[in-house]
Amino acid sequence: MTALLQVSGLSKRFGGFVALDGIDLEVQPGERLGLIGPNGSGKSTLVNCICGTLHNETGSVRFADEALDGLTAHQRTRRGLARSFQLPRPFASLSLAENVRIPILYSVNARAGGHLHGAAIDERCLELLGLFGLAGKARQMPRDLTQIEMRKLELARAMAAGPKLLISDEAMAGLSHAEVDEIIALLIRLNEQGVTVIMIEHIMRAVMEFSQRLAVLVAGKKIADGPPKDIVRDPEVVKAYLGE
Amino acid sequence: MASLADKTAVAAVPGLRALPFTLALIAIAAAIFALGRWYNNSYAFFMGYVVVQYIVLGTAWNILGGYTGYVNFGVTAFFALGAYSTVVLHKLIPAMPLPVMILIGGTLAGLVGLGTGYLTLRLRGVFFSIATLALAVVVQTLIINWDFVGGARGAYVLRPRVAPLIGGDYVQYLFLLMLGMCVIVLATARAIERSALGYGFAAIRDDEAAAEASGVPTLRLKLIATTLSGGFMGMAGAPLPFYVTYLDPASGFSLNYAVNAIAMPLIGGTGSWLGPVIGAVLVGGLQEYLRVTISSAVNVLVAGVLMVAFVILAPQGIIGLFQKRKR
Repeated sequence: MTALLQVSGLSKRFGGFVALDGIDLEVQPGERLGLIGPNGSGKSTLVNCICGTLHNETGSVRFADEALDGLTAHQRTRRGLARSFQLPRPFASLSLAENVRIPILYSVNARAGGHLHGAAIDERCLELLGLFGLAGKARQMPRDLTQIEMRKLELARAMAAGPKLLISDEAMAGLSHAEVDEIIALLIRLNEQGVTVIMIEHIMRAVMEFSQRLAVLVAGKKIADGPPKDIVRDPEVVKAYLGE
Repeated sequence: MASLADKTAVAAVPGLRALPFTLALIAIAAAIFALGRWYNNSYAFFMGYVVVQYIVLGTAWNILGGYTGYVNFGVTAFFALGAYSTVVLHKLIPAMPLPVMILIGGTLAGLVGLGTGYLTLRLRGVFFSIATLALAVVVQTLIINWDFVGGARGAYVLRPRVAPLIGGDYVQYLFLLMLGMCVIVLATARAIERSALGYGFAAIRDDEAAAEASGVPTLRLKLIATTLSGGFMGMAGAPLPFYVTYLDPASGFSLNYAVNAIAMPLIGGTGSWLGPVIGAVLVGGLQEYLRVTISSAVNVLVAGVLMVAFVILAPQGIIGLFQKRKR
């Protein structure tokens, strides 16, 4: 089986600071991968390089058997690579329904054979919001939402692009215990529907519950990659998190 | 089932959906023109021209500034480009009909809009605005030093006495052309608002990174906005030499145009095509009234004071005030 996402030898520096140093990472279709690491280890930079928000100096990103290097962020989204943002970035002047409408208009409709029109778009918007329990607020504005609803909108908008791979960047930071469970259940449900998911998270309980495999970044290097149970016992990982 | 099929067919041709609105606009424009002919007062036409010109200019500014959130301070660069292209064309081919000059001036300004967009759209927020301000200075400097169009001395353009086709005073013809442009610009603005393009513009205005992540080709959309916006500004400026009959850089690049083109959408409301119309009719009308009753210098003050007041008290403009009340 060929990997859905294949990152090889990826490096990114900001001036003299090496944020990512020769990262290799593979994600299989249908997999649930947890990506962890201390603050500043380069997780978000890696996401930004994979999604095209930042450009990596060396290395390459392949997605669904296609090299993504040189493609802009919107071209990558159209190819089926969607992400949510760590801090929710809703379209503040648009209603919730319109927020999820944007990826439908610009990603789904930009693909061959994916043309939705008029009422079909409205239906799809409601269906997406319904998936995240937001259907009742379709006509409200993002400013009316609570924190968890904001995170759900972020995920709903990412899902609206019809992705093969969803990268969830700390969707649970600052949420309560019950809310974390809710988001985990949502992500697992999406995964069961065939979406490959990379979850970046600090909350270890969530990571352990969700992930089939863990990759650990420390100071821009991948120091471990494997089954979650082995990873948390890995002396390198323990050292990175707790010190010696 | 049949009605659904009809709906899809209509939706598939965006031009059809906008047709009733465009026809209504044409009817309103025709009624205004007929009223002017019946009233038959030259001054009314001169004043009407200015107000309608500001609707065009304000709407053009709003396509970039209101819809995508990129504030363009270089309005005069595009406006004067249209005006000076008319001066050049009139000198080269005196017989050229004015509508052709308007098309050429608009195309030219649109191309400059495209080029400026390409060079400056990597700048965000206030830095983009500063770059457009610089553009206005650059274009003005070029014109001042170009002898063919009169340089700093300015150029005279003789206004024909009688209007072609419709007869009567020539200013009636100028007013009619400006009304025509107004119909085109408003129909375009409204069509944008209701199309995928409008949603893309709004996404860019709210959060550019999130827009990219949603699949919106932000650079291409911004270039469409700068091109349309610049082109419409150039069109609005193209008849100016015939209106003023004497065009010099100081009047062609007058601060009034930039201030008004920004103030009117802000006062009316930047979110919708109706905002610049309300702003232009209100502020333009008030300015004309004060110009006649108090002094010709007071009109910039009016726009300035109103703009400051609205930015502080009603950032969503007059339209926003009404929408709030409805909620």
